[in-house]
Amino acid sequence: MEKVFKGRVVLGGETTGEAVVSRFGVNLLATYQSSALKKAKEVKCGDQNNPDLYKKNLTDKIICLPQTIGSTTGGMVLETIVKMGVGPKAMLFSEHIDSLAAAGIILSDVWLKSRIITIDQLGEDFLHSVRDGQTIEIKADGTVLVK
Amino acid sequence: MIQTKMELTQDEKEILQGKQGETLRKVMESVVLYGEVFGAKRLVPLDGPVHLVTSFGIPILTPVFDKMDELIAHGIQTQKRFTVDPRPLDYENVKCSPLEKLVFKIMYGKQRAYEEQLEKVGLKDKNAFTCTCYQPEVGNIPAKGDILAWAESSAVVYANSVLGARSNRNSGIIELFCGILGKAPEFGLLTDEGRKAKWLVEVKTSKIPNAQVLGSAIGMKVVEDVPYIIGLDRFLGRGLSADTCDYLKDMGAASASNGAVGLYHVENITPEAIESQRSLLTEDYQTYVIDDQEIERVISSYPVIWKMQESKAKVCFIGCPHLSLRQLEDWTERITSALQSSKRKRVALPTILCAAPDVVEAFKKQEEKYSRLIATGARVTSICALMYMNNPLCAKKPVITNSNKLRTYTTAKFLLDDQVLAEITNG
Repeated sequence: MEKVFKGRVVLGGETTGEAVVSRFGVNLLATYQSSALKKAKEVKCGDQNNPDLYKKNLTDKIICLPQTIGSTTGGMVLETIVKMGVGPKAMLFSEHIDSLAAAGIILSDVWLKSRIITIDQLGEDFLHSVRDGQTIEIKADGTVLVK
Repeated sequence: MIQTKMELTQDEKEILQGKQGETLRKVMESVVLYGEVFGAKRLVPLDGPVHLVTSFGIPILTPVFDKMDELIAHGIQTQKRFTVDPRPLDYENVKCSPLEKLVFKIMYGKQRAYEEQLEKVGLKDKNAFTCTCYQPEVGNIPAKGDILAWAESSAVVYANSVLGARSNRNSGIIELFCGILGKAPEFGLLTDEGRKAKWLVEVKTSKIPNAQVLGSAIGMKVVEDVPYIIGLDRFLGRGLSADTCDYLKDMGAASASNGAVGLYHVENITPEAIESQRSLLTEDYQTYVIDDQEIERVISSYPVIWKMQESKAKVCFIGCPHLSLRQLEDWTERITSALQSSKRKRVALPTILCAAPDVVEAFKKQEEKYSRLIATGARVTSICALMYMNNPLCAKKPVITNSNKLRTYTTAKFLLDDQVLAEITNG
């Protein structure tokens, strides 16, 4: 059964893709550092402290998360991953987007012309409802359909 | 030009329209979009230099190096000379094996090139590499009420809380861009509303709690909210003595790394708490009581993630965040006295004390003290211990520290000051 959620458009666009879900705050540096160092063709989450994402493929996926956490270099690491062409397709935040993720998606958008479609404030129910592997459709007005 | 709800001045609009070049347009667009995300209505002028978090030349961060090249090519610099976090390496004082050096060479392969880039975009000087830029010897000291755009979390929380300046916990690069524009988006901790405390933290311990543990407890409880702390003046007295500043430096760094605290108020001690007292509390504030049992609970909650739990420590780091000059002097006395009591002359394991380059220079001028410390085998450096521990080979070593920030981000084991002292004097 399809579930519909509505959030705030941070960086708009329309896309459909596969969900990967973290119930924990995502540490961008810990998640992406090893893949960046290896110049990996696809990102495997390297954060051992995140049991929801550890070792999962994140490239071209729609990452569903509460917020990002950790070092204030996190935004730059996300931009690096985007520049490598192995970034996520979209990021869906249940809470208000944090400063690290905001910097990462904005720097990618402005300086690399690569958009990660981003919706925030989707609510706790969104994060409780969505599961790994589900198909997600994102509309330009911030509507998120979980199929 | 992008559509924005922010009220921009004519100059700001022209930059956003590209009238001062494409590179500056992208700088402005990045800052405006960043501000909009957090509901900023306008940009406000910065009163002091920025402090950058990105001090290390990790080759993977190619977008950073590309941006620096672009800024330099267009002659763009920050409006005021900035300070930056510590360098990652110092082989003279932090000994490394050939294999560790090889890994460091790969990890920080762009260090020299990146430092040259920093100099060209406005670095204060070659000594400007520290996480404690606000120490008197370093001199990036904001005044109360100054608007800033800093990123290093331990420096942000100190500037906001102890100095009464106003900075958000910015992401890396965004702080650089704010320094170039001389402006920051007005939201969060830049506003009176954002500086209100949602937590009343009552310190009811029987003796002064370890600063690093107290900060950790507060950070884990309030996460990113602002706490108003009462009960510390019983131990620290009123107002800001030099010792109190050191205590709050370490407490704040732990609260910022174990949680995401960007500002705390301490009753009768920090400037805004003295000025506005409990009117800083929001109407619906929550309360958190910290007593002796709570301190013990927090300490016992720290996992030890050494591969072999019972290993003997191989390295000790003291000074994350960087030590003040007083703390360097104090550790010198403690280490030499403890060794004397144990009838030993040298520390039992490599012991590394970290402080800002300018602080280390000032310490070296106290020749007797410096020589006495060095004679014990301890070493003084200005590196970032976190960056040392980011080397996977170093991370495998049993490292001890009195820093809760280092514990949080690495495999280092946290010990209280007296325990650290016992380890480094007796092994």
